[in-house]
Amino acid sequence: MALVLIVVLPLAGWLVNGMAGGRLPRPLVSVIGCGTVAASFVASAMAARHLAVPSDALTATLFTWIAAGDFTVSAGLLMDRLSALMALVVTGVGFLIHVYSIGYMADDSAYSRYFAYLNLFVGSMLLLVLGGNLLVLFVGWELVGLCSYLLIGFWFDRERAANAGRKAFVVNRIGDAGFLLGILLLATTTGTLQFDRLADAAGAMAPGLLTATTLLLFMGATGKSAQLPLYVWLPDAMEGPTPVSALIHAATMVTAGVYMIARLHPLFLRADFTLSVVAAVGAATAFFAATIALVEWDLKRVLAYSTISQLGYMFLAMGVLAMPAGVFHLTMHAFFKALLFLAAGSVMHATHGVVDMRRLGGLAGPLRWTALGFAIGALALAGIPPFAGFFSKDLILEHAYAAAQHGGSVALWLAGLLTAYVTAVYITRAAVLTFFAPAGQRDHPHEAPASMGGPMAILALLSFGGGWVGAHAAGAPLLRVLDRFFAIEPAAETLPGAPLTAISVAVGVFGIITGLLLYRRRREVTLGALGAFLARQWYVEALYDAAVVTPAKRLARFAADVVETRGIDGAVNGIAGLVGQAGVAMRRVQTGYVRNYAAAILAGTILILSYWLLRGP
Amino acid sequence: MTVPISAYLALSALLFVLGITGVLLRRNALVVFMSIELMLNAVNLTFVAFARQLLAIEGQLAVFFVVLVAAVEVVVGLAIIIAIFRARDTVDIDDVDLLRG
Amino acid sequence: MAVELIVFIFAAIASVAGGVGVIGSRLPVRNALSLLLVLGSLAVTYLLLAAQFVAVLQVIVYAGAIVVLFLFVIMLLHKQLGKMSPDRLRWQGPAGLVLAAAFLTLILLTIRLGAAAPTAPAPAEFGTAESVGRALFTAFVLPFEVASMILLVGIIAAVVIGRPAAQPAAAVGRSAATPVGASRR
Repeated sequence: MALVLIVVLPLAGWLVNGMAGGRLPRPLVSVIGCGTVAASFVASAMAARHLAVPSDALTATLFTWIAAGDFTVSAGLLMDRLSALMALVVTGVGFLIHVYSIGYMADDSAYSRYFAYLNLFVGSMLLLVLGGNLLVLFVGWELVGLCSYLLIGFWFDRERAANAGRKAFVVNRIGDAGFLLGILLLATTTGTLQFDRLADAAGAMAPGLLTATTLLLFMGATGKSAQLPLYVWLPDAMEGPTPVSALIHAATMVTAGVYMIARLHPLFLRADFTLSVVAAVGAATAFFAATIALVEWDLKRVLAYSTISQLGYMFLAMGVLAMPAGVFHLTMHAFFKALLFLAAGSVMHATHGVVDMRRLGGLAGPLRWTALGFAIGALALAGIPPFAGFFSKDLILEHAYAAAQHGGSVALWLAGLLTAYVTAVYITRAAVLTFFAPAGQRDHPHEAPASMGGPMAILALLSFGGGWVGAHAAGAPLLRVLDRFFAIEPAAETLPGAPLTAISVAVGVFGIITGLLLYRRRREVTLGALGAFLARQWYVEALYDAAVVTPAKRLARFAADVVETRGIDGAVNGIAGLVGQAGVAMRRVQTGYVRNYAAAILAGTILILSYWLLRGP
Repeated sequence: MTVPISAYLALSALLFVLGITGVLLRRNALVVFMSIELMLNAVNLTFVAFARQLLAIEGQLAVFFVVLVAAVEVVVGLAIIIAIFRARDTVDIDDVDLLRG
Repeated sequence: MAVELIVFIFAAIASVAGGVGVIGSRLPVRNALSLLLVLGSLAVTYLLLAAQFVAVLQVIVYAGAIVVLFLFVIMLLHKQLGKMSPDRLRWQGPAGLVLAAAFLTLILLTIRLGAAAPTAPAPAEFGTAESVGRALFTAFVLPFEVASMILLVGIIAAVVIGRPAAQPAAAVGRSAATPVGASRR
């Protein structure tokens, strides 16, 4: 029952804050919002203690949801080591960001609505993570999509925010269509969506069907996790409140695609082609997004592209069978990217919403602690030891290299390495421009309140030291747990660990130095034609505009102007007119004289009678 | 039975057509009503005749119910005629043509 | 049994004559009395057809109640009964006659077609009040009760419809409660 409690607690918070929050005092709203998530975290931790053996799993079946012939789906929850880790990350980071929001959103008029949405998100995400079958996961998947939409468009009176929310929703729909098709294909071919029966089911599937199913499922992942070609919504999603960006669009929701592949690893491990696609898409996205982050001026959008890039790393890890490393990176990324976003939020809090790095600068003095937190997050992102990101990113690169040794493409590793370099450059650029470059004109910035500083401090600690749970030098407790869960033989022994690590550290340091050299003095570094090309996002948005958006708008206009007015309205009005004409013609029959009616009745009777007589006996 | 059943039926038909003619030609609502009674009685005659021929008592029961419904119908119908008369000061059914299209 | 035939012929002539009187006469009272003639002569034919109970019913209900009701109404509306608007339906008369003739022809044709089966003599108790009542209170008890309900509804309806419209409703100026026919042009 503890499992149910984990999911239900934030949902209860949502109900209370959503229905009565407007009439409750703000401190109470905060306590309900944060308290339910904290309680959920405690419940998750207590439940996770029961998972001593890797194969252990807690299950809770609530009721039979769908029963059609032999096919049944129950509304059930499942907690094994993977979902326990995810639940802890979601509730833990979620709790910190809830607390941060108390300070960040203190002046907002829709305070209780914000917390209601946030609680709904945490509950939905937990449903996604703890779902016992693919359909329950899908429900959570759609619910977090809804929350994402609601929170991106939280300030719906701003047109940009409303448009961004709509864009996120529409783009996610495309991926979700594939995801749903994949689920249906899986259900029809194997007859089960239950996670604990997937391994057997996958073994019985034909290779072609398995590839098709996994590719469709991966399509859903590219939508939710903002991979090529469906990444376009995530940068725009930065219109939402910054804590939302930290929680949903960096730490948790966007990793749902990675989690889904990890959750369905029995399927993906048997589909070699899909895995190569996953790896290629991941590597390409990682590099692509990192290059755009290099020229983006909006601090939050830099972080958004960084998120896309890091998610690409995770998919690369999934694709090269380094699933433990991928999940490890997911966890670490949740820490340091949340930290970076919260620091960015602190900057916005101090400067009253300025995110354009051309107008920022010189904040290291007044925002000492924020700068420190951002620096720790940046170092973790850049992969500098001993920060959290170093261990996980290094592990992924090692696995990519090992995959190249075993017949894979060396391009994956090179792309990863190059991305690591670009990553170090752009995050250095962001840090320098925001905190160290000469200050623009502005009023006096002030450091964030304790409710914002506390969560940042904890995340900074996690970003600083959290990586040791996956460090081989420290015995890598997390990796050992996950290795056994995924039932993949640990590849670490076969890796040429030390030289690779040296290379990736060198790349990171080199990138930081590059960034410092480039941006230390000058603010406007445009990188020439290449910069312009990158600033246009490799013309992907333009391509979408030309290929999809404009034709769709034209089609809609055609439908509205021609089909609607002439076709449908014409048909409707024509039919109405026809009926009207008929009525005008036939009203003459209704003389109002009873005797006429009687004569008509008699005539009818005569007709029927003659018919019977003529037909004979 | 010396009188054949068809004689009764022919009489019934004659009376029924007389009723029809009254309904179609007369404009006095009361006469129209009486013509309807005439038609009902014609049908009753066929019921009784067939009951006699088939020796089935149900035919006579049908007559019983027809008489009963006719009584109700006359009561309500005459009430309507009086109401119309009060409103319109006429019993000409051609003057009551509110349903004209 | 020539007596039966003679009685039938007389009854038939009387009823047809009455029918012509019902539709033909211009005087309402004469119409009603012609109807009475029809009803009476039909009661005689019922007796010929071994339907004593129905014959009695015919006399009591039709002749006794319905025709009397007609006469009441005629006397109530006596003064205006002759007033008719000019005939507006020019084709109604000829068309009605043609239709009626056609209908009569068809009906007579059906009678000719229907082969009259040989008829057995009626048992003594056939058509008596006892045999009709027995059927009425056993197999037909439910329709019988329903019929009583219809009677009740009819009585109430007649009272409601026949109630003078003018006084209460019109005095208050509301039109919602006005019964059928109370609307004015």
